Amino acid sequence: MRSMATRRKVIQRMFEGAVFLGGGGLIWGSSIKANSKSDYVLRPPGALKEKDFLKACIKCGQCVEACPYDTLKLAQPGDGIANGTPYFEPRTIPCYLCTDMPCTDSCPSGALDLKLLTKEAEKPNINNTKMGLAVIHQESCVAYWGIQCEACYRACPLIDKAITLKYEENTVTGKHAKLLPVVHSNFCTGCGVCEQVCIVEKAAIFVLPIDKSTGEVGDHYIKSWDKSDEDRIKENIKSADDEKDIESAIDYLNDDDLIED
Amino acid sequence: MRKYQYLIPRRIVQLSILLLFVGGNYFGWEIVRGNYSSAIIADVLNLSDPYAVMQIVAAGFLASSSVLFGALIVFLIYVIIGGRMFCSWVCPMNIVTDLAFRLRRTFKIETENKINISRSIRFYILGLSLLVSVVFGMAAFEVISPISMLHRAIVFGSGSGLAIVALVFLVDLFILKAGWCGHICPLGAFYSVFGKQAIIKVKHNHNNCTNCMACFDVCIEEQVLSIVGKESDFIRSGACTNCGRCIEVCDDNALKYALKFDLKK
Repeated sequence: MRSMATRRKVIQRMFEGAVFLGGGGLIWGSSIKANSKSDYVLRPPGALKEKDFLKACIKCGQCVEACPYDTLKLAQPGDGIANGTPYFEPRTIPCYLCTDMPCTDSCPSGALDLKLLTKEAEKPNINNTKMGLAVIHQESCVAYWGIQCEACYRACPLIDKAITLKYEENTVTGKHAKLLPVVHSNFCTGCGVCEQVCIVEKAAIFVLPIDKSTGEVGDHYIKSWDKSDEDRIKENIKSADDEKDIESAIDYLNDDDLIED
Repeated sequence: MRKYQYLIPRRIVQLSILLLFVGGNYFGWEIVRGNYSSAIIADVLNLSDPYAVMQIVAAGFLASSSVLFGALIVFLIYVIIGGRMFCSWVCPMNIVTDLAFRLRRTFKIETENKINISRSIRFYILGLSLLVSVVFGMAAFEVISPISMLHRAIVFGSGSGLAIVALVFLVDLFILKAGWCGHICPLGAFYSVFGKQAIIKVKHNHNNCTNCMACFDVCIEEQVLSIVGKESDFIRSGACTNCGRCIEVCDDNALKYALKFDLKK
């Protein structure tokens, strides 16, 4: 009898443990995931990719302390951003691209990494940061209406590189030019100064994280007129699946099945 | 004053550390920068929370060598010397929970616990936090930690986390005696586990004891005092926070801080 009772107890304890681990773990995990759901958040310069950044950030706030412009803030409950992680909202205070990168430099854990601001053998340069990419909503940009503005263009720390002006005929008046701001993703740092200075009610130019503001062509479109782009074909062949029947892939238009239909 | 001979120094230490962090953020003092998760002392030495770093590593990120080293230093200090001293001498949450504990005694808020939670649940939470960190790829406790929310609210002025601190206070006050520090907190559990064999311990002298039970009244981990009045030995449980309250209230000189060098269980 006694052994039965203890065995029952052991099994019961095992179930209790399983429920605690499984249920508790799931609730815990999904709540921290819900807490960090917002992937439209802008991180300081040199931040790892969002997923890795969330793993690496120790939430010490040293980057926030180092920021001389009070740009960076620490997320708190209710912000929809993982608690204690640094972020900024450019419409309020943008990043002014300090040349000495105090925030990145202060990070102890490696969540902000100076190496990501370094190209080849050069020294780290704040202009290499990709916090995000500015995007223009043309319908609410008064320059696209034909009204001269240039606010974002003039404010851009990488003027004539990250934002250029494109001249276009104003067909409404027939005799004026439109001076249209155009963002270039190879130079834009995502600092958001343009977003802050935008003159309209809700900014017509705004910064989104890179993966939310960029597309991706994929492997099967190649610029045949661009020799360096053609190299991609060779790389793709190297990584291609050898099991595939290349002959039939090339000849698929002559395939009987297609002809019969 | 003898009644508070350790309480007052403890509060001074706790508040000074907090003040240094606050000064680091608001006034640019360079003595200590950061917060309790990771800090840099005099722009030279990094000190990090070993439990936070453990979760980061469990989440799948190898933290930088300075943080790993900083966490190791803190870890060794508590493992070898202080035991769970972080809880009573450093942690800012201790001020909140001690207040709840004191109010509970002053207003005689019922001592029968309304809910019965085992004190060992914190060890399961500690294990679970590492498991959740691995599975969900994020430092699990750091995101929800009321301790972090409290010190961030003070050091960085981000107020909305104080709601969860208030919740901890109310639970401690009305629902479960020493609920947070004595039952739930996985950081306390972490130092309990690893700090068990630390050198600084409270020592009991059975011959002086008059069984007045004053020490039991003030202890947030009263189960660690099981030998009091029975045998002379160190308070060996890892759960003892070395706060020294029992020593202060003892009128019979039966408890004192002492150094322990043996490794008996």
